[in-house]
Amino acid sequence: MSAVFEQIFQVGFLAAIIRIATPLAFATLGEMFSERAGVLNLGIEGIMLLCAMTGFTATSLSGSLWLGVLVAVLTGMLMGALHALFTVALGLSQHVCGIGVTLFSSGLAYFLYRLIFGQQSVPPAIKGFQTLPIPVLSDIPVLGPAVFNQFALVYVAIIAIPVAAFVLYRTPWGLSVRMVGENPRAADSAGVSVIATRFQAVILGGALMGLAGAFLSMAQFNAFTFGVVSGRGWVAIALVVFGRWDPWRSAGAALLFAFVDALQLRMQASGLGHIPYEAFLMLPFIFTIVAMAVMSRNAVAPSALLKPFRREER
Amino acid sequence: MSTPAPLIEMRGITKSFGAVKANEAVDLSVAPGEILGLLGENGAGKTTLMNVLFGAYAPDAGEILIQGAPVRITSSADALAAGIGMVHQHFHLAPRLTVLENLLIGLPGKGGRIDRAGGLARLAEIGRQHGLALDPDLPVSALSVGEQQRLEIVKALFRGARLLILDEPTAVLAPSEVEGLFSALRSMAAQGLGIIFISHKLNEVRALTHRCTVLRHGRVAGRVDDPANTTSAAMAQLMCGHEIVPPARGPSTPGADVLTLDGISTSKHVGTALREVSLTVRAGEILGIAGVSGNGQRALAEVISGMRAPDTGRMTIAGQTVSRFSPREVQALGLGRIPEDRMTTGLVTNLPLADSMVLPRIGSEAFSSKGLLKPDAIRAFAEEQIRAYDIRCPGPMTRAGALSGGNLQKALLARELAFDPKVLIVSQPTRGLDIGAARFIHEKFLDMRAKGCGIIVIGEDLEELLVLCDRIAVMYEGRIVGTLDSTDATIARLGLLMTGAEGRG
Amino acid sequence: MFRLEVRTSTPAWLNLALPLLAVAATLVLCSGLIALAGAGVVESYGVMFTASLGDSYAITETLVRAAPMIFTGLAVAVAFRAKFWNIGAEGQLLAGAVASCLVGAIPMPGALAMLLMAIVGAAAGGAVALVPATLRVKFKVDDVVSSLLLNSVIYYALMALIEGPWKDSFSGYPISPPIEDSANFPVLIEGTRLHLGVIVALIAAPLIWFLIARTTLGFRIRVTGENPEAARYGGIPVERVLISTALMSGALAGLAGVGEVGGVHFQVMSDISPGYGYSGIVVAMLARLNPLGVVPAAIFLAAVMTGAEAMSRATGVPAFLSDVIQGTALLAMLVALLFTAYRIRRVGAAS
Repeated sequence: MSAVFEQIFQVGFLAAIIRIATPLAFATLGEMFSERAGVLNLGIEGIMLLCAMTGFTATSLSGSLWLGVLVAVLTGMLMGALHALFTVALGLSQHVCGIGVTLFSSGLAYFLYRLIFGQQSVPPAIKGFQTLPIPVLSDIPVLGPAVFNQFALVYVAIIAIPVAAFVLYRTPWGLSVRMVGENPRAADSAGVSVIATRFQAVILGGALMGLAGAFLSMAQFNAFTFGVVSGRGWVAIALVVFGRWDPWRSAGAALLFAFVDALQLRMQASGLGHIPYEAFLMLPFIFTIVAMAVMSRNAVAPSALLKPFRREER
Repeated sequence: MSTPAPLIEMRGITKSFGAVKANEAVDLSVAPGEILGLLGENGAGKTTLMNVLFGAYAPDAGEILIQGAPVRITSSADALAAGIGMVHQHFHLAPRLTVLENLLIGLPGKGGRIDRAGGLARLAEIGRQHGLALDPDLPVSALSVGEQQRLEIVKALFRGARLLILDEPTAVLAPSEVEGLFSALRSMAAQGLGIIFISHKLNEVRALTHRCTVLRHGRVAGRVDDPANTTSAAMAQLMCGHEIVPPARGPSTPGADVLTLDGISTSKHVGTALREVSLTVRAGEILGIAGVSGNGQRALAEVISGMRAPDTGRMTIAGQTVSRFSPREVQALGLGRIPEDRMTTGLVTNLPLADSMVLPRIGSEAFSSKGLLKPDAIRAFAEEQIRAYDIRCPGPMTRAGALSGGNLQKALLARELAFDPKVLIVSQPTRGLDIGAARFIHEKFLDMRAKGCGIIVIGEDLEELLVLCDRIAVMYEGRIVGTLDSTDATIARLGLLMTGAEGRG
Repeated sequence: MFRLEVRTSTPAWLNLALPLLAVAATLVLCSGLIALAGAGVVESYGVMFTASLGDSYAITETLVRAAPMIFTGLAVAVAFRAKFWNIGAEGQLLAGAVASCLVGAIPMPGALAMLLMAIVGAAAGGAVALVPATLRVKFKVDDVVSSLLLNSVIYYALMALIEGPWKDSFSGYPISPPIEDSANFPVLIEGTRLHLGVIVALIAAPLIWFLIARTTLGFRIRVTGENPEAARYGGIPVERVLISTALMSGALAGLAGVGEVGGVHFQVMSDISPGYGYSGIVVAMLARLNPLGVVPAAIFLAAVMTGAEAMSRATGVPAFLSDVIQGTALLAMLVALLFTAYRIRRVGAAS
């Protein structure tokens, strides 16, 4: 048992947690901004997939990793705008539209990928992001190699968390986002455009989902496969609830999930080989469901979540 | 008062919602330093007119002038920029954000950040000027209703409002709080602000305003230049178009107890809990429950209608003890229920009217058997009630949400009265209804009373309670603080009880 | 200036016209992708039509494909009527497939096997759906998220089964052992794959319609979905209604899996459902949550799926076009639904 234990908690474990948490942190922050403004975005799963595809393709065709990231972010913003068009401008059911956006985006991702790359026996790969040690900081024992010897996008994620908190809690725009998610009528009567603010929040959320997708296909796997997202978008939605719609807590939730995920990966690799590895893959999802059951009673969603806003309705 | 250029002037404002003309050719003006009363029955178009002024609705016709210059107000941002602030009837606040955050919403920050220091300074200044102090870092949910209203007023002043609109501000206040509000408003007017005070309470309008515009059915029915020296009766006549004739109410001949509450207390829920509430309704009498809203009326209605079980205490309906406190049980024991909120609690607006009319009794033999519906019986029942109660609608299959408030209330009344309840509980029976519909409802209550039904009416409109009820109990902070016979009840005595000033009388 | 205005009633012809309009808009929008792939739009759609509905054999193939989507479509329609957001039909289908495969592998008389497969498969689907419903009622967990996450759990559980205990020890393929031959659903027309399950699916639709429209349970489901507060006030046990709805919805989705095992694949493999559970959402929305409309909607999607494969072979346009069509059709239908509640009125700018 202790051998298994040691194997699980070796040096690289912490680094693996950070790496697994990164796309989840992006996705969770993205979903959080959208929901804070009152818009549930169930399109996240498909948006991440489509962005993983477009980012990968752009990099594959141009050779530039950052161009790929940019394309992925723009794709995410575009899909965010699409979701906002349906749910904010037209006030349609956020549940069903989100599913629609996911089906549409994933279909489009598969279609375009097959169109561009054809059917190949060995899927095309790119030379993805390489680890970028930060001088001095990466020399700190344990923490250094785990946190400060990572892909550039990991650092972006680490910076994104305080920035998101600052934007949400300290800027006028962030206040508007929180207000349109709590009481859109109050925001409206204070001269804040509910429609514009919600659009902006959902589009910003889409950009972050784009980063999440880009990380998956350009840093974590360096290839686009149909299972590249495999439920991470849905998990992010749960993590937002778990993180009580707060940037810090959401990031913490992503880390916690990543811990469980890294743990099950180690368990797959360790001496429990007679159990099919898929059995371990279930664990993070079961963990998330249980965590939601524990947390949901006290979690208070933004009051106006799921509620479309139409000014002249009486 | 001399006649300076009006601060604001509305000319020929017309606004329709579908077929309903909410405002028609309305003219109105306010001078600096003037408090204008905007008077009218529920549904007379006061709120619509002010929403037009505040940019929430676009008028179909008419123009708005500010200090003589025409302006276009198409959003609340325009209205704020033009110096118009509004305190809505339902507060526009986010309960989970702080006082300061609610004030700073929509304002540009400083250097990309929320301007906290500037906000605090401004809040303190306004507090000093008008005696409107507030703790900036409390979440709004921690404020009392009166403080929330103060926050709404501060919010308008914060943005430099020169004209302040208050939509029925006293409805949520106890009589003692009203005086504080009035003195703040007088202080603001003295400093040159224009104020529009919307109300249907004549005594308040006479006490506070300099001038009055009276609306009726969306039009200006008249203007009063000296409200303090005009009689309430004269103003009421303008509002209603005729002298109010109270419904003929014969002497009551109460019979056996049909509803008793004995030491009912509740806890663990939002809103004011009940504390040791005991009351009795007898057959053939109408008991009113008065009180400032938020003093436990909602909890009382929920317990009696079986939506919530009390922690302690006993309730009987027609002599039988209620054990499980479910809607089904109280219904089966002979209780009829009409909820406070027709649209959200009473009806299913997206389904046919007939569905809403049979909803509480869908499992009964009348409308189903062995789990199968009887569509013909349901339809026939709805058609019969539509005829009997003169419910104006194309037919029983119309979407319930398409009906007007008065017709919906009739439909709810029909669905309960069709089963001859022994006792009926009803909250705010005529809120938002026009006079004709309200009269119809009142007459039905008196019919039921004559037939020996006990009725309990929870209401905020004291004048309505006084003409309708045989006895009036007053709630304050979850208790019944006194019960008066209608013969010795006056608005003054009830008002005193409503502040908790007088003990059990 | 245009303005949305609330309708007081919806004209009957709109109910039929809107799905057709949405489908037409979808095909027009997606023709851009066909052009992008360098194929002729008319030709490609032509191949899709011929291959899916062009002759009687093609029609039977399309019907076989429609059957699971009729079931998942009904599952979603029933659930959404009660506003129980069951996005978990996919997992419930897989659970039904696994459970019926376990039963079908036990030697017993054919008719009994088929009956037991249906009962156990439906029970398994219902049990899975019970999880998000219970979590919602007892713990206030959002049913969308939990039912979605549960799909992944069930999928990996199935994978663990076919990679572990069920793995074919000879070939090493990750597939379950086949069910008994006697448990294979009878084929109705010689030379086709049209099996008994398809007929059951076609009968299920009017039955579910009757249940929703004509029974007190259906009434309670409708009222609970439209306004739970009014339902509770009217004495309807809202929580119990949600649980019953979930059981029914999950059972229907489970039956989709039973049909695939008993009538098409006779065993369980990882790709037994190409997303039929998610397609059920599209089907239900195209049908406007009307169980009778589920049948044509499912046949439409099935035709798109079979047609897309043939089109891909003939023109080189990736068959994933069918996935894009599904997503687009769902979004187009949602927009079309606006016209049932609102109509667009031209309003003059205020002078």
